[in-house]
Amino acid sequence: MSELAIELKGIDKSFGLVHANRDINLKVRKGTIHGIIGENGAGKSTLMSILYGFYQADRGTIEIDGRKVDIRDPNAAIAAGIGMVHQHFMLVENFTVLENVMLGAEESQILNAGITKARAELKRLEKEYALEVDPDAVIEELPVGLQQRVEILKALYRKADILILDEPTGVLTPAEADHLFRILGQLKAEGKTVILITHKLREIMAITDAVSVMRRGEMVATRVTKETSVEELAELMVGRRVLLRVEKGEAKPADIKLSVKNLTVRDSRGVTMVDDVSFDIRAGEIVGIAGVAGNGQSELMEAISGIRRAASGSVTLAGRPVDVTGHADPAELRKRGLAHVPEDRHHVGLVLPFEESENAILGYHDDPKYRNGFLLDIDAIRADAEEKIAAYDIRPPNARLKTANFSGGNQQKIVLAREMERDPQVLIIGQPTRGVDVGAIEFIHKRIIGMRDQGKAVLLVSVELDEIRALSDRILVMFAGRVVGERTPDASEGELGLLMAGVEGRKEAAE
Amino acid sequence: MDVFQVFIELAQSTVRVSTPLILAALAGLFTERAGVFDIGLEGKMLGGAFAAGCVAYVTQSVAMGLLAAVLVSVLLSLVHGYASITQRGSQIVSGVAINFVVAGSTVILGEAWFRQGGRTPALSADGRFGTITLPFADSLREVPVLGPLYSGLLSGHSLLTYLAFLMVPASWWVLYRTRFGLRLRAVGENPGAVDTAGISVIWLRYRAVICCGILCGIAGAYLSLAANAGFTKGMTAGKGYIALAALIFAKWRPTNILFACLLFGFLDAFAIRYQSFAFPLIGKVPVQLMQALPYILTVILLAGFIGKAIPPKAGGVPYVKER
Repeated sequence: MSELAIELKGIDKSFGLVHANRDINLKVRKGTIHGIIGENGAGKSTLMSILYGFYQADRGTIEIDGRKVDIRDPNAAIAAGIGMVHQHFMLVENFTVLENVMLGAEESQILNAGITKARAELKRLEKEYALEVDPDAVIEELPVGLQQRVEILKALYRKADILILDEPTGVLTPAEADHLFRILGQLKAEGKTVILITHKLREIMAITDAVSVMRRGEMVATRVTKETSVEELAELMVGRRVLLRVEKGEAKPADIKLSVKNLTVRDSRGVTMVDDVSFDIRAGEIVGIAGVAGNGQSELMEAISGIRRAASGSVTLAGRPVDVTGHADPAELRKRGLAHVPEDRHHVGLVLPFEESENAILGYHDDPKYRNGFLLDIDAIRADAEEKIAAYDIRPPNARLKTANFSGGNQQKIVLAREMERDPQVLIIGQPTRGVDVGAIEFIHKRIIGMRDQGKAVLLVSVELDEIRALSDRILVMFAGRVVGERTPDASEGELGLLMAGVEGRKEAAE
Repeated sequence: MDVFQVFIELAQSTVRVSTPLILAALAGLFTERAGVFDIGLEGKMLGGAFAAGCVAYVTQSVAMGLLAAVLVSVLLSLVHGYASITQRGSQIVSGVAINFVVAGSTVILGEAWFRQGGRTPALSADGRFGTITLPFADSLREVPVLGPLYSGLLSGHSLLTYLAFLMVPASWWVLYRTRFGLRLRAVGENPGAVDTAGISVIWLRYRAVICCGILCGIAGAYLSLAANAGFTKGMTAGKGYIALAALIFAKWRPTNILFACLLFGFLDAFAIRYQSFAFPLIGKVPVQLMQALPYILTVILLAGFIGKAIPPKAGGVPYVKER
C-alpha cells in the first residue's frame, strides 16, 4: 500500500492560448486534509477537473494509491474512488435526496429494487458520518448547507476514498462551515483523503494538514500547514507581500447623509425580502451589512438605489426624500450624489462586450462632458477613461480593449473608478471584492477607506465577514430580511456568526 | 336517452380526434423532459403520415406503412438531435426548419410520385387500420347505459387508438419507475448532475429524441392509415402545435397530458359536429368561428388559465461543459 493517495506528475493543460496548468506536480498523503489555494484563475479548478475526468490533461500522469490510472471521464474517476463536491452543486433540484444520491448508481433498469437498497445504505452512511438528512426531502426545499451534505453523501455512496471539495464554504454561514469542517475531520478519521480548494486562508490554517499554493497555472509551493503562516501563504499566492488588513484611522462621522426608515421590500412573488429596516449613515463613516447571501441585502441595495420599488418605508438622501415606493429614478439619484457599485458586475455593472472606455461612462453618457451636440464625444470619453486607468492601475492599460478580456479584479476597478470619480455623497458598494484576487483586494479596500476619509457616507454590503470587519465603522447584521443586531467592528466573529445564522437575533428581539 | 346517445357519439369522436394529440404530446414529453424543446412535432407527424400513405399504398401492407412512418419520423428526430444536441444549435430554429421542409417536400414528392395534387392514392382496406370490435360488443349493445358505453365508446376504435391510451400509463411508468426515466428527467433539469455522475448527456438526449420520433411516427400513421384512407397535403393541420400546447397545459406530466388532449379533442369534435349550432341568446355563429374554437381556447389557456407552468430547467439550452 502506498503512502500517497494521489500523485500528479507533470500535468499540463492549455485551453487555446490560455495555459491553465503548467507542469503540475502534487503529492497528497493518504488520510490527510490537503488544501489547495490560489487566486481566481490560478488553475485550481482546472487541475481538479482533470483529476475528476472532466478534462483531459495534454501531458502528465495521475497515480492513485501508487497505481497509474487513466481518467478519461467522471466514470473512471468514480471507479478510482474519487468523489467531488462542486462549487455549484450538481443536484437535480426537483428530485428528492434519495433520487439525487442514486442518479448514475441505480444498479438496475427498474428503480424499485435500487431504491430500497439505496435507502438502507443512506441510513448507514448518515449514522456513520453524522450526516443526517431526510431522504425524501426535495432538494430545492433544503437550505444550502444540507444540499452540500447531499453532495457529500453522493460521493460516499459511490464509495469515494478521496473527496475533492471546490470552494465549499462560499455559500455557508460560519456555523454551517464549522459543521462542514467537523464532518471533514470525521472523514479523515475514517481514513478518507480530503482535498479542499479554497481562497480563504483562514480555513486552510484551521483545518488542513498540508497546503499547496498555485499561481498563474503553476504549483509554486507545498507546505505543512503547521509550519507556515497566513502571511507566507498570501505572499506565495500573489507573488509579492500583501497587506491583509488595511490600516485605517478613526472615523469622523458628521451629518446624516442617508437615512432609511421602516423600509419593506417584496420580490416579484410577493415574498417579503426586506422587513422593516431602518438605519442612518453619516458622512465620513462606513456602515457594513453582514449576512449570508440571500437575506435581503441585495433587495435593500436595489431599493435604495431606485432599481427596485419598495413596498413601504422611506429613504432620505442628503436631506431630501427619495420616492422609493413610487418612481425613484436611478439616473436622478445619481445626479443627486448617490453612487452604486452593484453586487453583480457582470449583469448589472458592466456590458462585457463593450470597450473599456464605454463602460467607464456607462450611465453617465448624457453628461455634457462626454457629449458633442447629440453625438458622443469619443475623444473626451477615451481621454477620461485613460485618466481613470492610470489612477486605478487598471491592467492592461488599454481603453479600447473589450471589457470581457479584463480579469475580475480589473473589471471591478473599472466599475469603482466610474462610480467613485463622480465625487458622490453616498456610496453603496455590494460585494466589492467578489472574484477579485488578493492583490487587488488590498487596493480596493484602501480606496473605500479613502472615500470615507474624504467625508463620503459608505454603505458596504458583503458576504465576506472578514471584509466587513476590516472596513466597517459600524456593522449591521441582516437575517431573513431584518436587521437583527448592530455591533462595533471589534465584535468577535463568533458573535457575528450567531447573528448571521439568526440565533442571537431572535433572542434579542424577544427580550 | 337522446341526450345520452349524443353524449356517446360526441365522446366517441373525441377519443378519435384525441388519439394523434396524445401520441404527439407524449412524444414531446420525452424530448422536453430531457431538455430538448421540440417545435417540430408537427413536421415529424406530417412526415410520418406521408411515409405511411406512400408505403402502405405501394406494399398494400398496413404494417409496412406504420414502420415507414416511424422510420421517417425517427430520422427527422435525429436531424433535430444532430442540430440541437451535437451541434448545439437553436432548438427552435431546427424545429421550425423541419416543419417547413416536411410541409414542402411531402407535397412535391407526392405530386412527383402519384400526380394527384400532393395526395397519395386512396388506400384499400388492407392498407388501413380497421376498427376493432371488442368481444360481445354487439350482443351487449342493448343493455341499458352500460351497453352503449361499452359498445359505442370503448369498442370500435383502431389499434392505434388503444395503443395511444395505453401509452399514457406506459410513459408514466418509464419516466418515473425506470432508470432511463430517472436519468432522462435529470438531464432536463441539470445536465451537469448527469455528466458528473458519469452518464453521457449526449447519448441520453439522443435516446429521448428517438423516443419522440417513434411516437410522432405512430401519430402520423394514425392520420393517414386509420383516420383517413391516405395522405393529403398538410393533413396534420396544426395538430403538432396543439399537442405542444397540451404538453405545456399539462405541465409536462403524463396523466395531465391525457386530460389536456381529451379537452382539446372534445372541442374539435364539438366543432365538427355542431358546425351550425345555435347557441342560446347568441344564435348561430359562423362555421369558421366554430372551427377556430380549439385554437382560440389554446390561446386563452396558455395565456394564463393554467397558473405557472414551470418547464424543465435545462430545456432549450445545449449542454456545454463549463470551463
